[in-house]
Amino acid sequence: MAELLQVESLAKRFGGIVATDNLTLSVPEGELHALIGPNGAGKTTLIAQLSGLLVPDSGRVYFGGGDITGVSMPSRSLLGLARSFQITSLFLDLSVLDNVALAVQAHAGHSFHFWSNARREPELRDPARAALARVGLSARGDLPASALSHGEHRQLELAMALASRPRMLLLDEPMAGLGPEESARMVSMLRDLKKELTILLVEHDMEAVFALADRITVLVYGRAIASGKPEDIRNNAQVRDAYLGEQEAVHG
Amino acid sequence: MTPTFNLRTTVGLLLLLALVLLPVYVELTGSRFLLTLFTRIVILALAAVSLNLILGYGGMMSFGHAAYLGIGGYAVGMLAFEGITSGFVQWPVALLVSAFFAFVIGALSLRTRGVYFIMITLAFAQMAYYIVAGLARYGGDDGLTIEKRSQFIAPINLSNKVQFYYICLVLLCGAIYLVWRLVNSRFGMALQGARSNDTRMRAIGFPTYHYKLIGFVIAGTLCGLAGALLANHTDFVSPAMMYWTRSGDLIIMVVLGGMGSTFGPLFGAVALLVLEEVLSGITEHWQIILGPLLLLVVLFARGGIDGLLGKAHHG
Repeated sequence: MAELLQVESLAKRFGGIVATDNLTLSVPEGELHALIGPNGAGKTTLIAQLSGLLVPDSGRVYFGGGDITGVSMPSRSLLGLARSFQITSLFLDLSVLDNVALAVQAHAGHSFHFWSNARREPELRDPARAALARVGLSARGDLPASALSHGEHRQLELAMALASRPRMLLLDEPMAGLGPEESARMVSMLRDLKKELTILLVEHDMEAVFALADRITVLVYGRAIASGKPEDIRNNAQVRDAYLGEQEAVHG
Repeated sequence: MTPTFNLRTTVGLLLLLALVLLPVYVELTGSRFLLTLFTRIVILALAAVSLNLILGYGGMMSFGHAAYLGIGGYAVGMLAFEGITSGFVQWPVALLVSAFFAFVIGALSLRTRGVYFIMITLAFAQMAYYIVAGLARYGGDDGLTIEKRSQFIAPINLSNKVQFYYICLVLLCGAIYLVWRLVNSRFGMALQGARSNDTRMRAIGFPTYHYKLIGFVIAGTLCGLAGALLANHTDFVSPAMMYWTRSGDLIIMVVLGGMGSTFGPLFGAVALLVLEEVLSGITEHWQIILGPLLLLVVLFARGGIDGLLGKAHHG
């Protein structure tokens, strides 16, 4: 399998805190790669650097064979690297369908169209409806995004990421704050998605991670202390010490 | 493509109809003064409509929008002073110069956010104010009287007050329609997305800076047109046209009428200026009444007059 995403010796410091410490990581096409680690391990910082929100101090990021280290966030998205946010980040005052349609519009060429009504363009609305159907939000399309529950917000996040027809998804804690039932639905949705997309998943829910991941990388203080198949990670003594020992879910 | 029919649209269209019929009323009652007042209201409503594009739909809190009133006005005034009275020259120049300044001011100030954006737009407008106040050739502080209104070909005659009123009204309707089309287009969706969540917009692939800048330039140009009209209306331009309190008035109109709504700026301009007129007839301390009134709207009627109409409609 060809490597879709490659990270080479990436480093990021905030003052004295080392958030990313000489990190090397690669995700081949088609893999669901999970990133786990205790709070403050630098997972979100890494996602931010991969999506272009933060600029690394040193190191390189390659996507689809090209160097994207200096590429802006909008351009990365256009290359097919989509991210969801840990803290729900939506257009709360726009309708649910508008939210997804904007994600479609972002990838439908430039938006310097000043005259015709964008809310009536099938080219934008149809793929948006399809993405909403995919995450089970079809019936909620006309509501303002602010009217949805937290669980539905996570689903909407996913629909927006899908609507941009990405090659790779960067998912930052998609299960955060979900109830057991909603989590289960999210897991089955992700299982469906991994058939067609490469996914980098940051998640605290170990049950979900071990159910979904092809490979897992464990981050501690910005460093990858282990990387491998789920069963290797489960049996890795160093990982247990650093992190998993506290997690009941892994043993259960 | 008709707008969804609801109470706010109905009231908006009725208000426009009333404005269309106003000269008839003036003719019947002979109160010329009303025509002068409402010409001014229509022109400032046009300026408010332009501000609403960036403030209401784009979330850009420009505190220097009156600068374009002044720039458009002075373009007409200076050209008239130099003997160029043709409106076919004056008006395009007013629009182009406003667009140019909006581009420069926008390109610099849109790199900042929040309070800094407010302060930098305010600073640019005040800079324009002091520059114009220093132009001794064009009257400096005292302003510049315009001897002759913009000349167009017959039968257009801006010195005919009724005709001038209708020209202003047509341009206002055109501006409302233009902004309505703009905000519902792909461009408008990008603008509203940037207002709602700029980071997310960039994350999904929109270079929001470019869209906001284009919106800023369109708004500045439209306001420049209002400035050209205002100069013709008062036959006079002065630095006071672009003083920061005037920018504040425009913001109040937009907020009072309803930010990000089709007819909101029109509601706001009519309400504010009519109230000002009525209250100043009652007492010279009219601002003591107007102030608390505005406070009530901001505290209890988010969405302004347009929002109230929307609520009344939905019961």
